[in-house]
Amino acid sequence: MSKTMTLTLQIWRQRSANTPGSMQTYKLEGVNEHMSFLEMLDVLNTKLTKEGQDPVAFDHDCREGICGSCAMVIDGRPHGPRKGTTACQLHMRTYKDGDTITIEPWRAKAFPVIKDLVVDRGALDRIVAAGGFVSVNTGVTVDANAIPVGKKNADEAMDYAACIGCGACVAACPNASAMLFTGAKVGHLVKLPQGQVERRGRVLRMVEQMDREGFGACTNHRECSEACPKEISFDAIELLNREYMRAQVTNE
Amino acid sequence: MDLNAKIPDGPIEGKWDRHRFEMKLVNPANKRKYNIIVVGTGLAGASAAASLAELGYNVDCFCFQDSPRRAHSIAAQGGINAAKNYQNDGDSIYRLFYDTVKGGDFRAREANVYRLAQISVNIIDQCVAQGVPFAREYGGMLSNRSFGGAQVSRTFYARGQTGQQLLLGAYQALERQIGAGKVKMYPRHEMLDLVVIDGVARGIITRNLVTGETRGWVGDAVVLATGGYGNVFYLSTNAKGSNVTATFRAYKRGAGFGNPCFTQIHPTCIPVSGDYQSKLTLMSESLRNDGRVWVPKQKGDARRPEQIPEDERDYYLERRYPSFGNLVPRDVASRAAKAVCDEGRGVGPSKMAVYLDFADAVRRLGQNVVADRYGNLFEMYERITGEDPYKTPMRIFPAVHYTMGGLWVDYNLMSTIPGLHVLGEANFSDHGANRLGASALMQGLADGYFIIPYTIGNYLAQAKLPKITVEHPEVQRCLAGVRAQTTRLLGIKGRTTVDEFHRELGLVMWDYCGMGRTAEGLKIALQKIPEIRARFWSDVAVPGANEELNPWLEKAGRVADFLEFGELMCLDALQRNESCGGHFREEFQTPDGEALRDDANYSHAAVWEYTGEGSAPRLHKEPLEFKNVKLATRSYA
Repeated sequence: MSKTMTLTLQIWRQRSANTPGSMQTYKLEGVNEHMSFLEMLDVLNTKLTKEGQDPVAFDHDCREGICGSCAMVIDGRPHGPRKGTTACQLHMRTYKDGDTITIEPWRAKAFPVIKDLVVDRGALDRIVAAGGFVSVNTGVTVDANAIPVGKKNADEAMDYAACIGCGACVAACPNASAMLFTGAKVGHLVKLPQGQVERRGRVLRMVEQMDREGFGACTNHRECSEACPKEISFDAIELLNREYMRAQVTNE
Repeated sequence: MDLNAKIPDGPIEGKWDRHRFEMKLVNPANKRKYNIIVVGTGLAGASAAASLAELGYNVDCFCFQDSPRRAHSIAAQGGINAAKNYQNDGDSIYRLFYDTVKGGDFRAREANVYRLAQISVNIIDQCVAQGVPFAREYGGMLSNRSFGGAQVSRTFYARGQTGQQLLLGAYQALERQIGAGKVKMYPRHEMLDLVVIDGVARGIITRNLVTGETRGWVGDAVVLATGGYGNVFYLSTNAKGSNVTATFRAYKRGAGFGNPCFTQIHPTCIPVSGDYQSKLTLMSESLRNDGRVWVPKQKGDARRPEQIPEDERDYYLERRYPSFGNLVPRDVASRAAKAVCDEGRGVGPSKMAVYLDFADAVRRLGQNVVADRYGNLFEMYERITGEDPYKTPMRIFPAVHYTMGGLWVDYNLMSTIPGLHVLGEANFSDHGANRLGASALMQGLADGYFIIPYTIGNYLAQAKLPKITVEHPEVQRCLAGVRAQTTRLLGIKGRTTVDEFHRELGLVMWDYCGMGRTAEGLKIALQKIPEIRARFWSDVAVPGANEELNPWLEKAGRVADFLEFGELMCLDALQRNESCGGHFREEFQTPDGEALRDDANYSHAAVWEYTGEGSAPRLHKEPLEFKNVKLATRSYA
């Protein structure tokens, strides 16, 4: 038989970007240990709806840890206590009967709250639009095997490319820095031959956009890679710093 | 309804080349005078929007997610097929074409599938050039693996995150065009209606999901790439937001809906654990390369899997299908799993599961190699179930995964409404009655990168499109209709939540229009669905207001459409008196339980025309001709 539990939930409620928010407390009974964290919130929302109260808004979509939609700080940690796990993949067996859980939105100047736990992460898209790509139009290509890519480089590129753009790194950082996110994209492309031509301009433009969006600087707390559900290595930030320095002292 | 597929003449190998030459062009200077509306930013939508903008068109692009990168293509795990023959194992364009037509149980259009196989090789080139980090061998060459329904290794992959990496490639190309000002991107915007003026698709109505503002948009062509409708079953592997609304609204405006009953049940998903379940998680088909599927030989065997000796296990796929073994196509594997569970040989607490066992693979290859191939999938399984698949076999069961049906399109990907183009899973083409693994990514990108950029030019060069604005009375009429529905939904203030209705519909669909269908059951469903729909419109509880972020209002609109669409699926399943691919009518099977097609009467695409509220939709047929692949009973034995 699966176990059930009763939980006390403290959740950030905020009607809209322009109204002040506050923590509200809810008691939830009958939470099954096999539920996902978001299914637990579904149960809460069904209860609130039936009671005529406003349910809690939160972003979610794939519920399998890959789309990057879900975004909530659980007991002070982005995506909750389990390492390498998004909120949607966190299951209630992590908790025990009688626990109190606090749930808050990502907090960063560059991520304004839209409602409750939902924030605007458009700034991350704009960083990519500034240079996070290879400028190749459709059709202008050679055979895929024409340029060999060593397995090590391909694997490292993939490690960085695994970023899901959820913004947990920003939420975890005391400075709300987006350097892990930006470094991961710079790292993905710099590890591949296809990313070399625009190497210099890419990092300069992406960092410039990052600053313009109001993200802070990195002061080596390393909270970002700890919180990252895809466990992107802190090396991404060292790489970003190196690439940025290189771009400033060279012309290529 | 005119179902002229406009397939070019001549031998199949030369059709697409010839068509590309014969199509009309829009000269480069004129392209910037056209505005194209693209809805959806998955593989098909993002690749189309980026490619069209690169050509010089102005693109308005919409998605309901908060970023185009989150479209559900992101969740595809296993890989993408291409006829590169890099493994020197006998692959060719013709073989990929043949496997796909056969895999689809001979219910797809030959010319489209051949073109898809031709384009497959360009897709891999394109993605590598964008920096998609496909898996590589030590020598630096691209790596391949095998997928169901094929005896060659033609699947390219990026760990278990191929969809993510391909989508990020397309998304980055899209962001580049957004940065260049050629694409205007509208995230958190949901399309709620299609605007058809003088018989031509000229615009859409959207709701801004943050502010609630509904408004009209006009353009010279509309491209829908809004994905599939698997969520009609409530539980599926689809993302929670995936829905039928865009394509269903287009259907109600006159676009024919092709083969709505063709749905794919994926054999390897994590089984349902309780009634709070909100979605099902897929375990990639690639696992069947090394995992072996089995159940106990004895009914009701309650021993733990490791206690069941080898000779008391039934590796039923290897037994029934020796040449394809665990890599039979999805529909075959799913039905076989259902059959052993129906016999009472299912495993796990619900007895609705079979084992997928990696013990042999770990012995043969070592845990490191298995981890390298499937590590992220094993972790995902462990997170969800709390069990370690390196030690104990996975429990899996089929779940709704993909929908082959969709809006009918001709060879140019244009629907029965001129100007309305439909790409990717949203259209009905290419996969027939069953899609092979690793072919969805191929089709989405083929449509977006390499077909629509040509065919939309051909349309625009010949269309006569008077200038219109959002003030046009038809735009205003559609807008009023959308606003009225919102007001109505918010005004019901009933007691039953949207999810409760959705779950109820999903159960009916799964029971009567799922893995096994009968005429009797479908008739029951056709009674139940209108009943649920009537209750929905009198008792649904939609909290909140329009002028704010309101996920429940969004969902209510989507479920309202599912409640109509489900009926269309059942009608389609009822009229198709044969079994083919994912459509298994229990009355039509061979003595061995295999699908029994009826080529004499059903070798056609069934296309439904909306005839108004409360009036039965009209069935049209596009006959399918097989001139290159011989119609035969599928055999994977």
